[in-house]
Amino acid sequence: MSQAPAMTRISARFARFLDSDFFFSYRNSPVAIVASFLTVTLILAALFAPFLTPQNPFNPAELNLMDGLTHPMQAGLGSNRVFWLGADEQGRDVFSALLYGSRVSLFVGFASTIFSAFLGVTLGVLAGYFGGRTDALIMRVTDVQLSFPAILVALLVFGVARGVIPPEFQERVALWVMVVALGLANWAQYARTVRASTLVERQKDYVSAARIIGRSPAPIMARHVLPNVAGPVFVIATINLALAILEEATLSFLGAGLPVTQPSLGTLIRFGQQQLFSGEWWILVFPALMLITLALSINLLGDWLRDALDPKIK
Amino acid sequence: MLSYVVRSLLQGIAVMLVVAALAFSMFRFVGDPVVNMVGQEASQQDRQELTERLGLNDPIPTQFLRFVTNAAQGDFGISFRQQRKVSDVMLERLPATIELALLSAIFATIVGTVLGVYTAMRRDGVLSNALMSLSLVGVSLPTFLIGIGLIYLFAVVLGWLPTFGRGSPVKIGWWSTGLTTWDGLKRLILPTLTLGLFQLTLIMRLVRSQMLEIMSTDYVRFARARGIPEKTIRYRHALKNALVPVITIAGLQLGSVIAFAIVTETVFQWPGLGALFVNAVQFADVPVMAAYLIFVAFVFVVVNLLVDLAYVALDPRIALGAPRGGEAR
Repeated sequence: MSQAPAMTRISARFARFLDSDFFFSYRNSPVAIVASFLTVTLILAALFAPFLTPQNPFNPAELNLMDGLTHPMQAGLGSNRVFWLGADEQGRDVFSALLYGSRVSLFVGFASTIFSAFLGVTLGVLAGYFGGRTDALIMRVTDVQLSFPAILVALLVFGVARGVIPPEFQERVALWVMVVALGLANWAQYARTVRASTLVERQKDYVSAARIIGRSPAPIMARHVLPNVAGPVFVIATINLALAILEEATLSFLGAGLPVTQPSLGTLIRFGQQQLFSGEWWILVFPALMLITLALSINLLGDWLRDALDPKIK
Repeated sequence: MLSYVVRSLLQGIAVMLVVAALAFSMFRFVGDPVVNMVGQEASQQDRQELTERLGLNDPIPTQFLRFVTNAAQGDFGISFRQQRKVSDVMLERLPATIELALLSAIFATIVGTVLGVYTAMRRDGVLSNALMSLSLVGVSLPTFLIGIGLIYLFAVVLGWLPTFGRGSPVKIGWWSTGLTTWDGLKRLILPTLTLGLFQLTLIMRLVRSQMLEIMSTDYVRFARARGIPEKTIRYRHALKNALVPVITIAGLQLGSVIAFAIVTETVFQWPGLGALFVNAVQFADVPVMAAYLIFVAFVFVVVNLLVDLAYVALDPRIALGAPRGGEAR
């Protein structure tokens, strides 16, 4: 009985969504449609990697050395199976490694984006709401952070983690070290944007009203100000996700990222480069293409999102 | 004017102190400096002696003061990994990085300006559109992939250029240079292209938009009305004004140049400071990391100061407290 009205309410909402400016802009942007299709496909492929791949590329028992350096679209000498994208020198299927690698890349990208957004938004709201010295302090730090390149900051965090964490734990926490390093390298953009919009919101009557009825600063910031400054955060986060994936790849390529046991796309490219000189191009080219496609489609999606949410730019 | 310069200078010093504090806390608290220097096997007495000699028992502010005084004199202690003075190691690496950075900056500025003017003048030309789209791709590709792509094309497929290192640079005093030999120059080409490409696209797009803006201003229209030849207007009147913000913004881009230098040097195994830093990070060689951090911050502060001064020289209103022209852009 009670389900029917709920269903109609949901379908009414859905109809309203289909009718909205937002969806209209999506339908009329071929770039957005292609980019979102690619992004969703790649994310799904990464999520369901174990079901889509012929082998677990990081389980040594499933590798056959006889398959080593099989060319793309050829059958391996050991397993007699066709390797769509070839195999590396240990007989590891490049296609499988690709999906498992993008899994790691996407995880680090998402987790570090969430971390940096949380950090940046918190600091931005605090700075904007309290003003004065808090504001000055937070904004100076933000300025310094913004003028230092993200890669440099992330490398420093990584190096410090290397020095602090005992060697026997390093491999186990490598993923989280990357998340923290990239998170600490990218929060400043959020802080600056959120602070600017908090400064505007703070002046508005609803905030004064909340203050007058006796709510303390913390709930005012979290319940009242935050929802009103959150819009741009999603746009920054989308573009930041693409950036974080590229930065992670760069760090892993430099050898200051994820270890051999949990390779990301950047680690795979690092291996591939070593094989390039002897002519085995496929070990490098496919991970590189995957990385570019992933970063580019997320980036284009972010660009579209920015235009769609802010009609003023057009 | 004077107060403006003093203010910029004070800000620079404040930033340096903050960075020094960061570097000091890394130096002091990441790992145990004593264990790192004498190794795990040293006896308790040796350790205590070293701790005393390094002054690690003094109060923290005293230690920080000493760290800053030493750093100001270029003394950053001993590299854990190489067991040599950090300043010696860095001085040895410095020429490689400076040559690479300067060459790529010159390359990017000249080619970027030429292409920027060209794309602005032939707005709808096929080549202009191709260049503009290409520059977008160039910005979105990560540097290390550009480097690998260049290596693959010019070294593996075509076999024209060497792929890594500086070869055997010529020593001139303590400076080592690759500019005087043919081999050294050939080795510089690919890293310079890789490092310069990002700045190039940036400068090209900036020059283009500036030229387009200026070519539609009143004074250009007036110059046309006076019958001044189009070429003179373009290069004497418009380009000169278009380059003012380019110089300052290119200067402020230094941060990304340093970041890309780290990557470029690693891809080409270039024996510069960036590669040294990546190595130090991999092995948690804290003194080298701290010294590199301070070096980068110092370069930043100096360049920012120069850019500030250039602003004042170009636009005297700034010194009087008017809003800065550069920030709105």
